[in-house]
Amino acid sequence: MAVKSHNKAKHPGKLGYSFRRHLHERFIELLLFMSALLSVAIMLAIIAMLVKESYVFFQHVSLWEFLTDTQWTPLFDNAHYGIMPLVAGTLVSSMVALLVALPLGTIIAIYLSEFAPFTVREIAKPFLELLGGVPTVVYGYFALLFVTPLLQIIFPELPGFSLLSAGLVMGIMIIPYVSSMAEDAMRAVPMHLREGSYAMGATRFQTATRVVMPAAFSGIAAAYILGISRAIGETMVVAIAAGMQPNLTWNPMEPAATITAYIVQVSLGDLPHGSIGYQTIFAAGLTLLLMTLVFNIFGHLLRKRYREIY
Amino acid sequence: MKDINNLTEIRKIIGRHKRWDLMFMIAGIIALMIAVLTFIALFAQMLIDGMPRLTWLFFTSFPSRHPEMAGILSAWVGTTLVMLVTAASAVPLGIASGVYLEEYAPKNIFTEIIEINVTNLAGVPSIIYGLLALGLFVYQLGFGQSILAAGLALALLILPVVIVATREAIRSIPVAIREGAYALGATKWQTVSDHLLPYSAAGILTGVIIGLARAIGETAPIITIGALTFIAFLPPAPVTEEFPYVSFEWLSAPFTVMPIQMFNWVSRPEEAFQLNAAAAGLVLVVMTLAMNGLAIYLRYRMRKNIKW
Amino acid sequence: METNSESIQYKSEVKDLSFYYDTFNALKNVNMVLHDKKITALIGPSGCGKSTFLRCFNRMHDLYPGNRYDGEIMLYPDDVNILAENVDPIEVRMRISMVFQKPNPFPKSIYENVAYGLRVRGVKQRAILDERIETALRNAALWDEVKDRLHELAFNLSGGQQQRLCIARALATDPEILLFDEPTSALDPIATASIEELIADLKSKVTILIVTHNMQQAARVSDYTAYMYLGELIEFDVTDTIFIKPKNKQTEDYITGRFG
Repeated sequence: MAVKSHNKAKHPGKLGYSFRRHLHERFIELLLFMSALLSVAIMLAIIAMLVKESYVFFQHVSLWEFLTDTQWTPLFDNAHYGIMPLVAGTLVSSMVALLVALPLGTIIAIYLSEFAPFTVREIAKPFLELLGGVPTVVYGYFALLFVTPLLQIIFPELPGFSLLSAGLVMGIMIIPYVSSMAEDAMRAVPMHLREGSYAMGATRFQTATRVVMPAAFSGIAAAYILGISRAIGETMVVAIAAGMQPNLTWNPMEPAATITAYIVQVSLGDLPHGSIGYQTIFAAGLTLLLMTLVFNIFGHLLRKRYREIY
Repeated sequence: MKDINNLTEIRKIIGRHKRWDLMFMIAGIIALMIAVLTFIALFAQMLIDGMPRLTWLFFTSFPSRHPEMAGILSAWVGTTLVMLVTAASAVPLGIASGVYLEEYAPKNIFTEIIEINVTNLAGVPSIIYGLLALGLFVYQLGFGQSILAAGLALALLILPVVIVATREAIRSIPVAIREGAYALGATKWQTVSDHLLPYSAAGILTGVIIGLARAIGETAPIITIGALTFIAFLPPAPVTEEFPYVSFEWLSAPFTVMPIQMFNWVSRPEEAFQLNAAAAGLVLVVMTLAMNGLAIYLRYRMRKNIKW
Repeated sequence: METNSESIQYKSEVKDLSFYYDTFNALKNVNMVLHDKKITALIGPSGCGKSTFLRCFNRMHDLYPGNRYDGEIMLYPDDVNILAENVDPIEVRMRISMVFQKPNPFPKSIYENVAYGLRVRGVKQRAILDERIETALRNAALWDEVKDRLHELAFNLSGGQQQRLCIARALATDPEILLFDEPTSALDPIATASIEELIADLKSKVTILIVTHNMQQAARVSDYTAYMYLGELIEFDVTDTIFIKPKNKQTEDYITGRFG
């Protein structure tokens, strides 16, 4: 009896359930959930906004004209609305950039992951990260005022604005993204796979190319996809160094506008909200988003097919 | 059958393969050198062109038609204010989403959609965020071409960075810490706020700094919302002399930021303005490098100190 | 063939071997021999250095910085110290194969896994590859199970099959010594039994050194057994002697479970 009353004094009431505490917890969870939901809302808002303005645009311009006309002059009196020149500019500059970024990024990744001594890796990795943090407008300046004059020494006929010079600088700019992600993927390959290869008498290069790279394929593919997305969506370098004149060309030695450069050009001017010119940048933006989306879905499928299998 | 264990044969083959090793080593070092040399060239070019312009006056003058009198006062003030808005909105939202996804989210298709979506958001070109901000913040919500619209646009842009950093930081805390807290009768939120968030603070901070460093250099989305490039005045001060002593008028003020100012100068044909661009670029690069460097240092310290 | 009497008996001889991870002395003056075409087992409590010792035989320690060997491991009939500076570890590994604790097939097809060692040597002719791969898989008692799906991914095999694949991979290049590092510790009892049987069968073809955490396993498969403790070789003898009447008190304690 005495024992029981003693217990009672220490624990008033039976074990149970606090409604207030529960409510408090639920409320916080709801708040957190709403924040997480915001990212989905942003994505939907992006799509809705682009589609909404593009819809109005396509009431004026047929999809056929948009896709097949070879001129893009929406701000002229004699307006043409063919997206081809902008897409060509985007693809050519991206192609130049990727020809630089993918091979060099891969070589750096393999070197740092499989060859480099510890100290080299410890210095090179943060340095590459810093390189990736330089603002793109600064790279644009560098392309226009350093790389273009340099290239003009080799190719005297190169104009002051060119897809080549913008693409090259863009490529260097993208290297850190590709190399760091690909390197992470390779370093995630378990050591026992490497040991298995070395134990068979393989050299470093053989182990890297025949065992580590196939095992890290999915991560390397993701790094490439990221690099491609960056190149397609990059704005400032091309806006500064490639010129802003839409020009249907596949020649990197010429100046040409990309989709992003066109959006910048229009935004710099003073177009009234709701005009057809205003809507063109959303139609261009939608095209850009679809292009990156295509590559991302392609990458996703690729990764699903060859996921990490160690 | 050929004897595959013939010693001289093997030696020849090993020798050949080792040459590949060596060639690749050289290729790797050359590739790294290309990256390093580019950076050095970029920095040197700006230093040579911009250094003479970096005087006290450059920081305290408004832009001007006369290149030698122009400065970046409105630009750096604008950048500071825009960053305030960005940090104030992206940091709490990002951390909250990260905590939800890592600690609360049930394993279902809905959570998976959110997760895939965060990854996809990180891959959306920055100029697209500018278009969203233009349509949504500037016109639909009527914020105009203001500091608020710009700050929110950049907040959307760096949200995925903060979310991912938060998740990684929280994930690295061992389950034992959580169980320890629960065993003492803590609720889920108490576990999160008393233990998980404080212990992952350094990791989250690293992500926030990297995100903000990226936002400082972003140009495209801000051009898209139509930020003016010639601003010869400052936004209203956030502190006033009369009650209630704080004012949020600056949120709706027109503005310019550092990268826009630089872009504006780069696109001028006169060489004198391009020297200004170099000077502004130098300031910008030093700022972002310092922030990224701080983040790298923090991460390094964290790895060294924390041993779970 | 002219050989001295020593090489008939011994495949390898370890002389005063010491090993250091940076400053940590992991092996202390180990002396022992590997008898040709026999199975030698290494037993001892975990951390005693038996895996470290095993990995000296194919110079795996060279992969990581800060490791240092002292002493000699002579390989016969070459009469060469495989730890010597001027001996290429790659050459050593081509003649002394290894099977790891956890099955570690490469992310390739079954066929390509076994072909790897041959491809590393530059063998390209399809006929040679086919023949060698079949022989290796037969020797690893895996051929019948996989002959219809040689081009499937190796990861689809069960754990025991994967380990036998790794043995086939090691056998495909006709190694002189085969090293096993606790090859059954990640496997279930049935897979373990089949691997043990396989190891016993391989004795006629190759000299085997096996590290095991399982004393019964050592007793079942090996001809010679070495007991190691804290980096030292405590006792080395014919397996029956070690298990029935060990000379050393420490060995006896470990064998009978009174250890620690």
